[in-house]
This record gives sequence, C-alpha cells and structure tokens, in this order.
Amino acid sequence: MKKKLLPFFVVIIFGIVFIVFYKGLEDTNIYTPDLNVQKDIPIFNSKDFYSEKVLKSSDIFELDKTYLLNIWSSWCVPCRQEHHLLMILKENDKIDIIGLNYKDNKKNAVKFLQELGNPYEKIFIDLDGTKAIEWGAYGVPESFLIYNNEIIKKYIGPLNEDLISEIKYLIK
Amino acid sequence: MKILKVLLVIFFLFSYSSVNADDQDELNKITKNLRCLVCQGQSVYDSDSEFAISLKTLVKQKLNEGLSEYQIYNYLKIKYGEWILYDPELNKNTIVLWLLPILIFLIGGAIIFKNFFLKNK
Amino acid sequence: MIYSTIGYYSLFLGLFVSLLIVFFSVKNFQNSKIISANILSFTFLQFFLVVISFLCLIISFVFSDFSNEIVFNNSHSTKPLFYKIAGTWGNHEGSLLLWLFVLTFFIFIFILKTKNQPIKYKLLTLIFQQIIIIGFFFFLIKTSNPFNHLYPTPSEGLGLNPILQDPALAIHPPILYLGYVGSSIIFSSALAATSLNLVSKTWASHIKRWILISWFFLTIGILLGSIWAYYELGWGGFWFWDPVENVSLMPWLALTTLLHCILVLERKSILSSWVIILSIATFTLSMCGTFLVRSGILNSVHTFANDPERGLFILIFLFILIFLSLFIFFFFHKNEKKTSHSFSWLSKETSILVNNWFMMYFLSVVLIGTVYPIFLDVMISKKISVGPPFYNKLIIPFLIPFLLMMAIGPRLKWNISKLQDEKYLISLLVISIILAYLILKNFNQSILINTVLVSSAFYLFFISLRDFFVKNKNISQNIAHFGFSLLILSILFNNLFSSETITNLKVGETFENSDTKIVFENVNQKQEKNYKSIIANFTIYNSNGDKDKLSPELRIYNQPIIVTSEADIKTTIMKDKFIVFNLVQNQDFFNVRYQVKPFMLWIWLSVILISIGGFLSILKRRL
Repeated sequence: MKKKLLPFFVVIIFGIVFIVFYKGLEDTNIYTPDLNVQKDIPIFNSKDFYSEKVLKSSDIFELDKTYLLNIWSSWCVPCRQEHHLLMILKENDKIDIIGLNYKDNKKNAVKFLQELGNPYEKIFIDLDGTKAIEWGAYGVPESFLIYNNEIIKKYIGPLNEDLISEIKYLIK
Repeated sequence: MKILKVLLVIFFLFSYSSVNADDQDELNKITKNLRCLVCQGQSVYDSDSEFAISLKTLVKQKLNEGLSEYQIYNYLKIKYGEWILYDPELNKNTIVLWLLPILIFLIGGAIIFKNFFLKNK
Repeated sequence: MIYSTIGYYSLFLGLFVSLLIVFFSVKNFQNSKIISANILSFTFLQFFLVVISFLCLIISFVFSDFSNEIVFNNSHSTKPLFYKIAGTWGNHEGSLLLWLFVLTFFIFIFILKTKNQPIKYKLLTLIFQQIIIIGFFFFLIKTSNPFNHLYPTPSEGLGLNPILQDPALAIHPPILYLGYVGSSIIFSSALAATSLNLVSKTWASHIKRWILISWFFLTIGILLGSIWAYYELGWGGFWFWDPVENVSLMPWLALTTLLHCILVLERKSILSSWVIILSIATFTLSMCGTFLVRSGILNSVHTFANDPERGLFILIFLFILIFLSLFIFFFFHKNEKKTSHSFSWLSKETSILVNNWFMMYFLSVVLIGTVYPIFLDVMISKKISVGPPFYNKLIIPFLIPFLLMMAIGPRLKWNISKLQDEKYLISLLVISIILAYLILKNFNQSILINTVLVSSAFYLFFISLRDFFVKNKNISQNIAHFGFSLLILSILFNNLFSSETITNLKVGETFENSDTKIVFENVNQKQEKNYKSIIANFTIYNSNGDKDKLSPELRIYNQPIIVTSEADIKTTIMKDKFIVFNLVQNQDFFNVRYQVKPFMLWIWLSVILISIGGFLSILKRRL
C-alpha cells in the first residue's frame, strides 16, 4: 500500500510547488514598502538649512496638519526633474512641503533653489544620510505624505504628474 | 547515533561561540548581515552606494550609543521590514526554513538506514 | 538584414525537422534492427540549422545590424569585436539559441557515437531529447525571437552593460551551458533506459562519460562565474549565495552525487533508483534555475530582462517534463531485487550512501534557501531575505563529518567492513588536529568550530596526498578529492586571515596603522572610447618592508550612463592585494578600501584541480 501512496504524495507536492510558482509570477518583483513598517514619523533633531539652528521634529511637524516631506539634493538629477511639480503643489494651502537636504553642499543647494525656486516651508539638513534612514528612505529623491504625524504614503523616486494628482486627491 | 550527538554539540557550540570582537569587527559583522536595498544583491558591508555609506554611519552611531546587535536589527526592521536582514531570524514565519533541511537530513538518514541496513524478512 | 531572415526561418525549419525526427523515430521503433539513415541525417540537419541561426545572430552583432532588436538593445558600434561576439549570448534570446545549440549538438553526437547500445534505447533517448528541443524552439519563436525587426533602423545601439565586458564573463555562458544544458542528454537517456528497463551495469558504463563531460564543464563554468565576480564586481568576494549562483550550484550538487552513484552502478547492480532520480533531478534543476532567473520571480543580480510571460512558458514546460519523468519513473522502474543481506557498516557501499545522504542535504539547504522567500511571499505576503548567514550556519557543521568520510571512504572495500592502514589513518588525524590548532593559535583565531573544520580539511588533505604515493589505481579520484580538500582549506584560510582597511583620503594624504601604510599619490583622468576614466595611484607599504603600487579605476560610461569601480588586484601565490576607491558625494576626499586576501589563487587552482580529476576520468575510458 505504501508503494501506491508515495507517487500520489510526490505528485501532490509538485502540484503545490507549481501553484506557488504560478502565483509568484503574478506578483511584481519591485519591492513595495511593507505595510508592517513604521507608520509614525521618527522623532529626531536636526539643523535648519538657513539658520543652522537646532530643530526638533516637533518644531517642524505639528499634529492635525498635512505635510509632504521631500528628500532632495543639488547633485541629484531626478530631483531637478520633479522640482517644478513641487512648485505647483506649493500653491495648494492644504499641504506644507518640508525639505530634507540630503548629503549636500550648502552653496550648491542654495544655488539649486535660486535657480529652480523654493517650494519648502522649512528645510532641514542631513549631512551624513542618517536622518533619511530614520525615515526609512532608500535614497534621493523620495517623498513622504504625512498627516497627523503619521506616514500615509511613501513615494520612492521622483514624483510625476500622476502622483501629484494622487497627492492632491488624498489631501482632500 | 553518536555521530549525530557530536554533530549537534558542535552545531550549538558554533551558534553560541562568543568572539571577542572590537568595534570595527562588530560593525562589519552587522553590516554584512544587512542588505543594501538600492543594490542588486549586495550587503551593506560590500556596497559603496550612498545608502550603504549612510547606513554604515548610522550603525556606527547606534553602536556608540550602546545598542546591541539585536537592537540595531530591530530598529532597522521597523524602518525597512525583515527584508533588510540576510540572516532570517527564527520566528513562526521562518521555522520551516530552518528546520526543513534538518528534517530532510534526519528522514533521509532513517530511510537509508531502513532500506540498506536492516535485514529483510 | 538578410541574416535576420535566414536566422529566423532556420528556426522554423529546425522545429519542423524536430517533428520529422520524432515521426521517423517512432516508425523505426517497431522495426529496430538498425537506425534508418535518414534519422541520423535529420539529427545532423537539425543541429546544422541551429548553427546557421546562431551564426546569423553573431554576424548581425559583428556588423552592428541595429535593425535587429536584440543587437540594438545589447550592442554598440564602438564595442570591441570580442565583446560584440560575446554579446550574442549575453542576452536572453541569444542565450536561448545557445541552449538549442548545446541541446542539438549533444544529441547528434550521442546518436553518432553511441555503439553497442540497443537501438530502441537510442531512439527513445532521441525522442525524449526532441521533446525538450521542440519546447525550446516554441519558446524561442513564440516569446523570445532573436530576430525581431526594428523600423526604422536605429543608427546606434544602446550598448551592453559595461560590467559584462570582461573575458571571463564572455566565455562563462557557453562553458556553463555545455555543463547544465548538456545534462539534458543524461535526462533523456535515463528516461529511455528506465522505460526499457535497461538501467544496468552496461548502461552505467555507457552513460558515465556523458556525466563526466557535463560535470567537467559545469565545474569550470561555475569557476569562471566566480572569477568574474571577484575580479570585476569590486567587493572582493567570489560567492554570495545569490539566487543566480545557487541556481548553477544545485545541478552541480546533483550531478556530483550522480557521478558517485554511477561509479557504483557500474560495478554492482545497486543504487539504480538513485541514478534515475538524480539524472532527472540534474536537468530539472537546470530548467528550474532558468525559470527562477528569467521570469522575474526572484530578486538578484542578473542582466536578463524579466518577463512574466516567458516565466509562465518555462514554468509550464518545466512541470510537463517533471510530471512526465515522474510518470515514467513510477510506472516503469522496477526496483532491483533487494540484496539478501544488508550492507556492511564500514564498506564502500556505505560510504557512497553516506555521501549521497550528505549531498542531498546540502542540495536541500541551497534549494530551500533559494525558493523559500517565494513561498513565504505568495502565502502570507511577507518578504524576507535569505543570505550567506543561513547557508553558512546550515552547511559548515555538516562539512566536518563530510570531509572525514571523504578521507576514509575511498579506502574502504566492497561488501566487507575492512579498514587497512589504521596506524596511518589515526596518526594523520592527530597530526591534522595539532597542525590546525597551532596555526589558528598563532594567528589568534582559536575558536572551536574553526579548529575542528580546519582539522577535518587537513585530514582529507593529508590522506589524499599520501594516496598519491601509495600504489593507487584511481588517480583521477584522488586528484579530485585532493583538490576539494585544497579548496576547503583555501576558503577557510582566506576567510580567517583576510584583513581590510577602509579609510577616507584626499589626494596626497597618507593612512598608516601597525601593518600598512597607504599613500594616495595622485589621480589621472583619461577619456576613452566609450567612457571617462579616473585612475588613482596608490603606494602601499607593508610591515615587512616591501611596497606595492596599485591603481584602481573609476569608469564613467556614457551609453548607458553607469559609473563602475574597477579594483586593482595584485595576485601572488600566497595572497592577493585588493584595492578599490569611490567618490564620496559632495566631498573632496575619496573612500578607499584596501584588502589583503590570502590564498585566493589557491581557491581557483583547487577547482581546476578538481576538474582535472574529472577530465582524466573521461580520458581513462579511451585506454
């Protein structure tokens, strides 16, 4: 009897493997942020971009308000490409845009803003990249939609028109 | 069976052998276990990408603050998910991962023993 | 452009010829005194057509025919000729042509060269191989056509990834494919032999050569991949347990186990089930590897574009082959009569069984580690990584008894428990342990597990070394096992005694510690054909007084825009000196990483030694 069970058992196992692989194919392989990762914004200290005063996260982010945190650098090419969209979003008074200047040289960053405009209510700096990691960022550019001190959505890579529309929709 | 016992002892000794590591070694050990999330298949230790460099700085900071290896992993897991760790921790999700090979080894051994070393009727 | 047309229609013709082969083979099957001449001709024709198609693609690359989509995507007119040719198989579609090349080549040689085997068996092998070949023809034509036209013809190509412009990587696919695509012939013939109940000593002798050939190329292929990773990727490592690496290792593990089993089957009529299952498993794992790597289901370092449609095709094809094999195995295979007495404990048969047992364990570790993340993701949507720590923890402890068995196994006798030369065996064991302990103590590395590991590796080393001087009939086995011991020792010492210095330096600055002094002399910039090169010159002073000049390079490519870091490696017989440097964003200093890696050369040499052992075994049969 055992002889007859074994083939059956083996076939079942391979059947299961097939199904798993099949379903695995339907999944995209782009890593999307896990739902289990942090939702609260990190508590941190940093320096203000212009004044170089020490800032606490509570100085920057208030409860019951909507923010877009945008990580940017003067040396980052896609940041240039998304910047004009930020300028457009600035006009919307339902949301404040906060800048995190990432591993940048102050002179170059100031020039960048002079050239392309400053959409940020406040900017704080991250010289060694550790603040960005506190936020769970991967690099630059990256943007976080925040409401009530919670991260609603993370946008990895440069923003585009579709994502801006989505942001506008979400903040209603 | 004696061989098996010896094996198990060695296995556990290996898992718990404490090495007297200095800070750089500890940093290396941790960063070797972290996946560089913007690279394709490299550890943070091996990578020189911006992300990896920042993460190395951060881990060094946390070590100086006195956090243990395990606490640092937890900290990063909250930010990036379990995917960032190369050493899958033993929890209810990974218990099959760790035990299945051992199980196969034991069952394989038992089958071989039965088929080849027990006298037939 | 005409070449594209010729190449494309050759594929259709090849497919048609496959069907002819199957038809005539089935017809010949009933009246099987000799193989009808037209079958051999058609098999050759099929191979010839694939060669034509392949040549057409090569020519398109060489002449930079950008009307061909593949050439456009993967080549550039400024690329050196050698890499233009290598670009043919450096992409998904071209590599599938390479698959077909090896598939049709091997079956042709098989039909041509196999004498003294039953006709029915040869025909059935041919038929099974054609099933695989037909599948690949369909795959190519339907989802991965290498001859798509682009209108209008672009003036320039998109260029091949600069990391792939390396000699080792250029020949790595052809060699590797001779290995694991070559295992298709083992697969087909095992199925044929099972169906006809021919799995026996004579069949084992016949198939052994094919197994050796496939194994030899697979070993060298994996070696080339590691060498490339070490010299080119810039992190100083050669194995990362990356899915793509694992996918080539798994067939190798199955094939090595098969090799040992076939050596047993050749002498005694046992382990036939093992042989059949392993023959099926090797090729299945190769196909499975192809699936995992090209379908996009796994994340890893790989150049091929990921495409779920292709993935689905391979998946279904793979499982058709699996279920076919399972059916044949369970339906046709009759277990040999059980021996009337059980195996002796300390006999050669037992050692081979133990070898199988451990190898299957290692195989399961690699397999489970590679595919488990997929299972977890599909079932509960959680993404985890399985990396080197997993594999190390599960494999290393088991290596110890494995090495010891490898030392003792070859000297056991068939049927009886007898061990000769006990005095030597025990004394060499003691010497190994003492030597290991002294070495590790001297370099402050005394951890129990390391001592035991190194001792076991030394033991195998000394035992197999001594066997060279004892009157031994089996030189090839000895060389292979000796090579393996050398490999383990080299890897262990490399791991234990590597050192690394990481520092940030500006041009002209010096870094100094107790062992080394690194002087950053200067940088040169140069504009090359398709990249800008920044070369940094370093002088390294060692604690024993001598100095090395090393010049790592940064390359900024323009098509596509990629920055790569080229390490400068100075290889000597005892150690490698390895240096890379990187730009640090927004700073005027560079990040410099200098490593001293002992015995790297020995790692490569030991694998070559292992392959030589296998190669000698192939030659042996001709004597």
